[in-house]
Amino acid sequence: MDDFVYAETDPAELARYREEVEAWMNENMPRRDPVNPWHPTQDDDERSSRNRELQRRLSDGGYAAVCYPKEYGGQSLTAAHQKIIDDVSMDFDMPILFSVPTLSICGPVILEFGTEEQKQRYIPAWIRGDELWVQFISEPSGGSDMAGALTRADRDGEEFIINGSKIWSTFAQRSDYALMLARTNWEVPKHRGLTMFIVPIHHPGIEIHPIQMVDRSEEFCQEFFNDVVIPAENVVGEVDDGWTVASRLLFHERAAVGNASPYTQGRHRNRTADGVEDLAAIARDHGGADVGRHRQRLGHIEALSRVEELLSARVVKGIEGGFLPAPAGSLVRLFHGLSRTERQTVAMEVQGDRALVWNEGEDTGAFGTEYVQRQQACIGGGTTEMARNIISERILGMPREPAADRDLPFNQVPRSG
Amino acid sequence: MVPGALRGNRSNTPLNVTGWRCRGGIAPVRFDLSDDQEFFRETARRFIEAEVPISVVREWHDLPDGCPPDWWQSAAELGWTSLMVPESLGGGSISGRPIVDLTIVADEMGRGVTPGPFMPTNVVADTLGRSGSPDQQALLEGVVAGEVVLGWAFCEPGGDWTAVHVAAKAAPANGGYVLTGTKTAVEAGAQAHHLLVTVQCPDGLAQFLLPSDTPGLTVTPQESLDLGRRFAEVRLDGVAVGPEALVGQPGAATEADVERQRQVMTVLQCADNAGSAARVLEFTVQYAFDRYSFGRPLASYQALKHRFADMKLWSEASQAAVDGAADALADGEDEARMVSVAKSYVGDHSVELMHDCVQMHGGIGVTYEHDLHLYLRRATVNRGLFGTPGDHRVCLSEMMGY
Repeated sequence: MDDFVYAETDPAELARYREEVEAWMNENMPRRDPVNPWHPTQDDDERSSRNRELQRRLSDGGYAAVCYPKEYGGQSLTAAHQKIIDDVSMDFDMPILFSVPTLSICGPVILEFGTEEQKQRYIPAWIRGDELWVQFISEPSGGSDMAGALTRADRDGEEFIINGSKIWSTFAQRSDYALMLARTNWEVPKHRGLTMFIVPIHHPGIEIHPIQMVDRSEEFCQEFFNDVVIPAENVVGEVDDGWTVASRLLFHERAAVGNASPYTQGRHRNRTADGVEDLAAIARDHGGADVGRHRQRLGHIEALSRVEELLSARVVKGIEGGFLPAPAGSLVRLFHGLSRTERQTVAMEVQGDRALVWNEGEDTGAFGTEYVQRQQACIGGGTTEMARNIISERILGMPREPAADRDLPFNQVPRSG
Repeated sequence: MVPGALRGNRSNTPLNVTGWRCRGGIAPVRFDLSDDQEFFRETARRFIEAEVPISVVREWHDLPDGCPPDWWQSAAELGWTSLMVPESLGGGSISGRPIVDLTIVADEMGRGVTPGPFMPTNVVADTLGRSGSPDQQALLEGVVAGEVVLGWAFCEPGGDWTAVHVAAKAAPANGGYVLTGTKTAVEAGAQAHHLLVTVQCPDGLAQFLLPSDTPGLTVTPQESLDLGRRFAEVRLDGVAVGPEALVGQPGAATEADVERQRQVMTVLQCADNAGSAARVLEFTVQYAFDRYSFGRPLASYQALKHRFADMKLWSEASQAAVDGAADALADGEDEARMVSVAKSYVGDHSVELMHDCVQMHGGIGVTYEHDLHLYLRRATVNRGLFGTPGDHRVCLSEMMGY
């Protein structure tokens, strides 16, 4: 199964649903403060509890993760229904923290590979807002070469003992469980010796260190595992077949990053990175005599953002209809990285000197800071270079890059320090 | 028909073994074509391949009129000039969304760098169907048959493609009008049997439909970067016309007509360029497989693979932008914005893609003998006429209230 199901839905039914959602949101969800909006991924103590509370409200109303099957706490509705919720919820505070990776990446992986017990145990807990998940996939030793994982899981009867380190997990310190890829067999080539586990985060032997980013946020973490004991029932899929699971995880990650996942709820608004209208407002307010200077660039950003939406829709349709192979999601990923970096460049320029030098108490410096770390959009969720490899090799059918570790037992593969 | 069986690239060697429907990485124009639309598209492609392969395109470069009139009539038989004409006037679309059907043809013509007065004839036919008098609409029968060619005399020397800058005038005289002014880059101007001329009159913007043999009307063929299509300058030296030559009502109604003409023309240009770009990418990818240097195919070099990946992205995104603009026009929803979005994106990326494909070919890519320049010439003309990508970005920023 490579594709999501985007069932045809009756327009009248959707119109009715929209009214229903609007009425419910107005009654039950807090309105977004237009002046000082709450940032669901903001780095403060309340972010996790507030997200959990909002998720619970959505769940109580029957509007949480509506594309999930009913038997696990969802509503078995279509992507079109979720899109209505996303559109309507733009005016409200939403538990965005649950979207990625819990509901849109970890979720579909458990749906596809989890045992019935795992599904019953975990899925309803996400949807109710009780448990947040992260991914323990990337390692300090290498970002793009994910199958080269060095974290080890050694079997001991009905348990596995984990040692190693993971990095770039989002808000691990405030989350509950992780999907972790670890090496269970060193005698076989790298893709054939991996296993996917469910790991409780606040667990003996796990140390979590937040990583300060360029903008001083501490969204990401590094974890260290020291003889962490995990029961064998926490294996997802088959032992040594973790790459199959990880490949699907990556597929869902690309979909989530490319706004093509039906499992995300609500859309995060980033003042500096989204909302061309916002940029136009800034330009009007601060452009002064130089008003004309930014017009072409603002129009360019507007065009890019519209084309990005149209491309996402085309790729979803293309994959669904078999016109494009599943890796075509990488087209959306590549476009997103490129357009986001351009947008942040324009956002900074439109702000003018206030993005570079500002008075105490002003927040315009955020535009400068985000510009400085703009390449994040081309790195996180798989680099744009990997996307270009995938597009050229798996869409255009060009020869794969030579790999020195192919077919070599992993313990014989050369690696850095 | 098996869905998708005929979609994808027309022919040559399968380029990959991934087993999905579009071999060679070339996806079709739209993913939501009905069986009827798909049949229509396939018919257009086969007609172009059989009648106007590139070798014939080159031969027709020497024809003063760009293509044989009887060929244009055969094209019209396939529906190329009837889609925008209402059924009551002898036309009819495939899907009930004529502009979408029309982009299917434009895409195929772009792929084939196919000549012919396709764009102006359809743009003007659309207006006559909507705003023309019964006498003017009577011409549409000939248009549908491919016997009558229509020209759109809108642009003026040094103009910026907006109606505001139309300087040609219609002065009221003897119950009619006297027209003066100069129009440039009028596609098929010298081949058209009737010209739709945009002028200022005391009641605002106005359009007149003039037979090409109207006294005082001088049509002079122009040179063009595009070797396939024909352009002309149209001079109005005191052309006396009766009020029956007016198309629609001067003022706001005509402004709306002109805006619609610009939108339809722009979508067709974008569809043409998206089709060209997809085709150029297709044969350049093939070239990268076939061409070896240092003992390996070009397609195996990561530096080049990554550029091909970017080009594939531009091609797919261009197609998405064309589809979005055509849908917006068909639905009458946010069409001005989506048309400008399409021209902003497709105008630049289609042409840049072709330049990059020239680079991939190396020296042969900048020879007259290679077909690349035929595509690049046509795409460059489409990119520039009726507003550059930069002009459309300014339009977008204005729509954003800036």
